Amino acid sequence: MAAPLSLLLVVAVTIRAALNRSSLAELIAERVEVVSPITAWKRVIEGLALLDLGVSPYSGDVFHETPLIIYLFHFLVDYAEITFMLADVITAVALYVAMKDFNKQVFRKQKFSLEAERYPADCLELIRSPTEMFYIPLKVAMFYLLNPFTILSCVAKSTCGLNNAVLSLFVLTTIKGNVLLSAIFLCLATYQSIYPLTLCAPAMLYLMQHQYVPVNPRRAAFWWFVVQYLFMYLGSLFVIVCLSFFLLGSWDFLPSVYGFILSVPDLTPNIGLFWYFFAEMFEHFRLFFLCVFQINVFFYTVPLCIKLKDQPVFLMFMQLAVISIFKSYPTVGDTALYLAFLPVWSHLHRFLRNIFLVSCVLLACSALFPVLWHLWIYAGSANSNFYYAITLLFNVAQILLVSDYFYAFLRREHHLTAGLYLKKKDGSEATLVLK
Amino acid sequence: MGLLSDPNRRRALINLLTRLNAPICGMPVDWLVKTMQAQGLEVFTQSFSRTLPFPDENKERYIVKGTNVYGILRAPRAPRTEALVLSAPCSPGDNNNQAVGLLLGLAHYFRSQVFWAKDIIFLVNEHDLIGMQAWLESYHHTNTTGMDWSPLQGRGGSIQAALSLELSSDVITSLDIILEGLNGQLPNLDLANLFYAFCQKIGVLCTIQGRLQRNDWDSVSGYSHAVQTMMLMVMKQASGRPWGDHGLFLRYHIEAATIKGINSFRQYKTDITTVGRLLEGMFRKLNNLLERLHQSYFFYLMPSLSHFVSIGYYMPAFGLLAVILLLRALDLWVQLVSPPAVAQSSPGVLSVLTPLVISHLTGAALYILPTRFQEIAVEHFPVSETEAVVLTAIAVYTAGLALPHNTHRLLSGEGTEQGWRVLKLVAVLYLAVLLGCTALINFSLGFILALTLVPVAAFVTPHVPKTLSAVVLVILSPAFTLLFSVFFFQELEEMPVSFQDGWLLYLSVISQGILDHYLYGSLVYPLIALMVYPCWLLFWNILFWK
Repeated sequence: MAAPLSLLLVVAVTIRAALNRSSLAELIAERVEVVSPITAWKRVIEGLALLDLGVSPYSGDVFHETPLIIYLFHFLVDYAEITFMLADVITAVALYVAMKDFNKQVFRKQKFSLEAERYPADCLELIRSPTEMFYIPLKVAMFYLLNPFTILSCVAKSTCGLNNAVLSLFVLTTIKGNVLLSAIFLCLATYQSIYPLTLCAPAMLYLMQHQYVPVNPRRAAFWWFVVQYLFMYLGSLFVIVCLSFFLLGSWDFLPSVYGFILSVPDLTPNIGLFWYFFAEMFEHFRLFFLCVFQINVFFYTVPLCIKLKDQPVFLMFMQLAVISIFKSYPTVGDTALYLAFLPVWSHLHRFLRNIFLVSCVLLACSALFPVLWHLWIYAGSANSNFYYAITLLFNVAQILLVSDYFYAFLRREHHLTAGLYLKKKDGSEATLVLK
Repeated sequence: MGLLSDPNRRRALINLLTRLNAPICGMPVDWLVKTMQAQGLEVFTQSFSRTLPFPDENKERYIVKGTNVYGILRAPRAPRTEALVLSAPCSPGDNNNQAVGLLLGLAHYFRSQVFWAKDIIFLVNEHDLIGMQAWLESYHHTNTTGMDWSPLQGRGGSIQAALSLELSSDVITSLDIILEGLNGQLPNLDLANLFYAFCQKIGVLCTIQGRLQRNDWDSVSGYSHAVQTMMLMVMKQASGRPWGDHGLFLRYHIEAATIKGINSFRQYKTDITTVGRLLEGMFRKLNNLLERLHQSYFFYLMPSLSHFVSIGYYMPAFGLLAVILLLRALDLWVQLVSPPAVAQSSPGVLSVLTPLVISHLTGAALYILPTRFQEIAVEHFPVSETEAVVLTAIAVYTAGLALPHNTHRLLSGEGTEQGWRVLKLVAVLYLAVLLGCTALINFSLGFILALTLVPVAAFVTPHVPKTLSAVVLVILSPAFTLLFSVFFFQELEEMPVSFQDGWLLYLSVISQGILDHYLYGSLVYPLIALMVYPCWLLFWNILFWK
């Protein structure tokens, strides 16, 4: 499988290099759908310039990246394009290896269940076979690398690509079962943008199952593992934050990075839900709604964990999707990361109900974003309501996609325990209702 | 009040205009600079040059060098933050020989008024649209078309509104307003209403599309007159070219219109001082604006100057056409998802990818080849460069028709029942999104394309009778739509042409479209070449699916 993967990598790198050389690169780097105030390359350059002048890069409310990023680019600014292409390649390869391992585990678990005869007789067509699962890792890598969203994000040199690389390395190390590395990569991802904090729960659930620790709050082993993981996670976070302090010599990266993400002062339009809402908010309600919107991102963790505690990888996918949709400054690069996971659940396609509508709406919205931006900003014939309408539609389509996959997943699990063709007590065909 | 209230001023203005009424040919830069300075304006010049991608046969120019002259009348008691522009294109010959005179007369009169709150820029641009493009690009510090211009030495504030004058005779019978700008953009309807209101007040006949409005709305002939006026506007908007010098201002969010004087065979003539009064009135109104014109509609169609059709009325018509495509897509999806009767290998992504890639490569060839290979074509064939460009475009377009027969030989094992359904689903969705985006930016273009392409897209399958459908598909293709539109436009303008003249006009329309793209950034040519034509090729491919 190495040959198709390398061919894919070569094609992906060629496309990105070709776009980088063309005149479209500057145009793409300015699009608000692709870069946000946290991830824009222009701001990284600005921060580097301020650092060279000896001034704190966080003065002037332009630069909102973490100190590690600024030091990374201090050495790599001449090779920026290669860095971002490499980040994309790392993400794809990490997801490829992770999904290969995950497939092996899924197949093994399925084999044990088949031998233990836990599946009813009529749901054999739901059982997955190695032939259908063989191409999934390659498809995952392809979905990530050849997704137009990823390509645009890479050409725009948005640091979202680096965040995606760290997150995919986290996924890889978690699936491989390496507790320490998983904690460290998660800490790096949280250090850059706060929201991956919610991925602690699926990581802990997965690693506990991997090490055969029973997931039961009444057992001491459970709490001991949680304490271990949290110690490693919070410890590395503490180390990195202190390292940042010593790198720049001051604590003003804390309000500039984390304060900025949490308090959303910059209301540049993007594909998220925050900007329009807060643009028309009265001042004395602002704190309340800010809390509501931010809690919304973290709120789904506990219910999803309770429901999906036996399938932590699907839980990770759901969490990544929730973060990408509800975070304060989303970009299309965030969307691309969770879209890359879709081939892993391709066996659910017979239970998906809305896939046609969702894909049509996502396609139409992606085409309409630049059109309505042009009509609003340049032609002056539209206004922000039109652009926000498309933003809303895009987010609704994403939510519908995620909830559709959730429904299909749960339905398949139900069928695997209760049989595929359900009959009511009098023998007629039953319908399944999701409550 | 106004220009004619004071008899002394009236006499002085008539004297000035009589002196200036000698036709100005070429561009007497020094004379203009001296005259404007004598009026008390701050005068500056700007030189520009541009080599067109191929010679323009309509206006007979290839390497264009020129100078714009503009004078700024500073507002006496206001901060210099806003400006208004009055422009007159200066072209050699009789084309616009009276407008500069009126412009200078107005400058002289405006200079003595104290109520101006905005700077007024009197611009005389050479080589009409090219000079205007150079001036606007320099004013706004952008350079989107690769023109060479010298930077502007003097500037006003941000331009709130602009009017462009076209007057070819010293007496007129009616005034025409031209609204359609680049890429079908229109100024705010308030500007057209302003013009109409002043024409009513002063008593000048006003027209739109060169046609007077009629009062008998109920009769069939009155209604059809209004429909023809509206169809003229639709045709002009769909072409995407600026129909007056004002067309380039709209891109910078500056409301602008062109006022053209028409001298027809009516008895009642209006002289230029009345036109001056009208312009003075319009400028005083624009002077009083506190914010840019945005209260009225930006998207409208006008059957007459006193009636308009807003976007809320005409968009549902387009929406219904788009729904046809979406319903067809839904139908295809349902057919694809329901389990097939015979077990066949599901077509991979590659079977859809190949026609897509080949169609878009042909579209890219249609976009790139005509201008790139004009030298090679001129060497081998006895044609001029312009003809070479146009004929190459037509040749590439026709060559694309031969594609399905050839690609099927190259790629074997492609033709399955599922295959064409997948391709048609992709093509129909692509067409729907494309037409939607086009209709939002340039409604007329989107609507005309939808009218011709949607029926074809909906019914074409490999199983319809091939020759009849092929003929229908070709007749409804973008090139033929353009040909029919040319003839239809000439009919509407009441200047019907014979087939030979129509064909030559068609070729010149193609060359003008390509030139507009390179000179001013019009989007019609790249849209048709890179997106509509490949989409049409996909349907052609489906028809010949084996």
